[in-house]
Amino acid sequence: MQHIKTINNANLKQSACEGGCGECQTSCQSACKTSCTVANQKCEQKAE
Amino acid sequence: MIHLFKRAGFFLALDVGSGAVHVLDEPAYRLLESIDEAALRSRDKKVVPANLYDNFGQDTVDNCFDELLLLLNNDLLFSNDDYSEFSSELGPAPVKAMCLHIAHDCNLRCRYCFASTGGFGGTRKLMPFEVAKKAIDMLIAASGDRRNLEVDFFGGEPLMNFEVVRQTVEYAKNIQDKHGKQFRFTLTTNGLGLNAENIVFINEEMGNVVLSLDGRRDVNDKMRPQVNGVGSYDIIVPRYQQLLAKRGNKEYYVRGTYTAHNLDFDNDVLELYGLGFDQISVEPVVGPETDSYAIQESDIPAIEHSYTRLMETMIERKQQGSGTFNFFHFMLDLDNGPCAIKRLKGCGSGNEYLAVTPDGELYPCHQFVGNEHFKMGTVDTGVTQPQLMRQFADAHLLNKPTCQNCWAKYFCSGGCNANNHTFTGSIYEPHHLSCELEKIRLECAIAIQAANLV
Repeated sequence: MQHIKTINNANLKQSACEGGCGECQTSCQSACKTSCTVANQKCEQKAE
Repeated sequence: MIHLFKRAGFFLALDVGSGAVHVLDEPAYRLLESIDEAALRSRDKKVVPANLYDNFGQDTVDNCFDELLLLLNNDLLFSNDDYSEFSSELGPAPVKAMCLHIAHDCNLRCRYCFASTGGFGGTRKLMPFEVAKKAIDMLIAASGDRRNLEVDFFGGEPLMNFEVVRQTVEYAKNIQDKHGKQFRFTLTTNGLGLNAENIVFINEEMGNVVLSLDGRRDVNDKMRPQVNGVGSYDIIVPRYQQLLAKRGNKEYYVRGTYTAHNLDFDNDVLELYGLGFDQISVEPVVGPETDSYAIQESDIPAIEHSYTRLMETMIERKQQGSGTFNFFHFMLDLDNGPCAIKRLKGCGSGNEYLAVTPDGELYPCHQFVGNEHFKMGTVDTGVTQPQLMRQFADAHLLNKPTCQNCWAKYFCSGGCNANNHTFTGSIYEPHHLSCELEKIRLECAIAIQAANLV
């Protein structure tokens, strides 16, 4: 495409079907402790 | 739903339902800005405003229209963002993480401390090993089929009770294999109690360590004095440097808090980098709106300037190939981030995650500790308030009405339950100021990704 570049292969719906294992880090265990951003966490399955 | 925005010179479109991020040129952006979903779905170019043809020319606008249609047909634009079909996967879940308040005491007197400078509104005390041991046993028992279990040694200041940290790690590691579990430990410290001996232990045993420091000396020392009133910067900076010199590639964050006194906190992030720290988190203060340091709605423009400057600096350094660092709230992996179920569930407090006080009382998370209404049980009794646990299990995105029409919902999951309760009175209702800051951060984070990838 000339005018639009899609920069990721995200497919959230598919991740809902395949995900949900619950093995990933709890959000507040990373650094935040006071402000929640879930999307900056890692997927445990993809990290392995 | 889509979200159009401009950051760092990029014209960007986020498709909320799929999570796709598109970088557009100006004609495509102006076209998408001027037509809605129904107009695009009509596939009829008569919906295109005439001024676009005047400004960009017939061929260009027609090509842009065709490209938008292609994205639409591939479910990458205006895709369905209704995830209610997955509601059965939300709700109650095994407990997999605990925040152990190993010490309700602290050797700093931080002016913004949500833990009332360590005591959480109660008596200053240290967690006995017996309580920590029961907490570990309870976590294993409540974790069902979850293998990875997390324990955060928190406070107050956990190094004031370091021997119990050591004993607890030893105990958990000794029994993890027998139960088919794997413990991961985090320690959050203000650094005052670090020494050569405990640094070795921390680097060996802690998968992550969170080191508190606010940035510039005057900023840090104003809010983070010692008990005697003297600032903490000069003591803790060399200790953190000593710890990180032997940390290898293990995870850590130097974590600061910004307040109304340092709305130019991007300078604090750069200060932290200048001190040799490259994993940095600096986050907005939490506290009553009446406090002098509290962040107000009127501070948003200044805060946006700081996030913007930080974003521009990070992009510039990345392009130059030097001086790069990670900023926690700008970290975003658009391809391999958490699954949608995790994004719907949110932080998991009170459901997958519990905080334990030195007396063994259970709370939904560290920020609720001391609020008797949220006491959920003890390590002796287990959870005795199942209805309270259910309320937290139900505090997922689908049950937060205000979030339904927000483009950021699959990034923040409806925000921090504790902040929501503190400021709105309900864990189901997001705190508006937190939302506004989150959206600014996310736009910056996505723009950084665009700069890296385009």
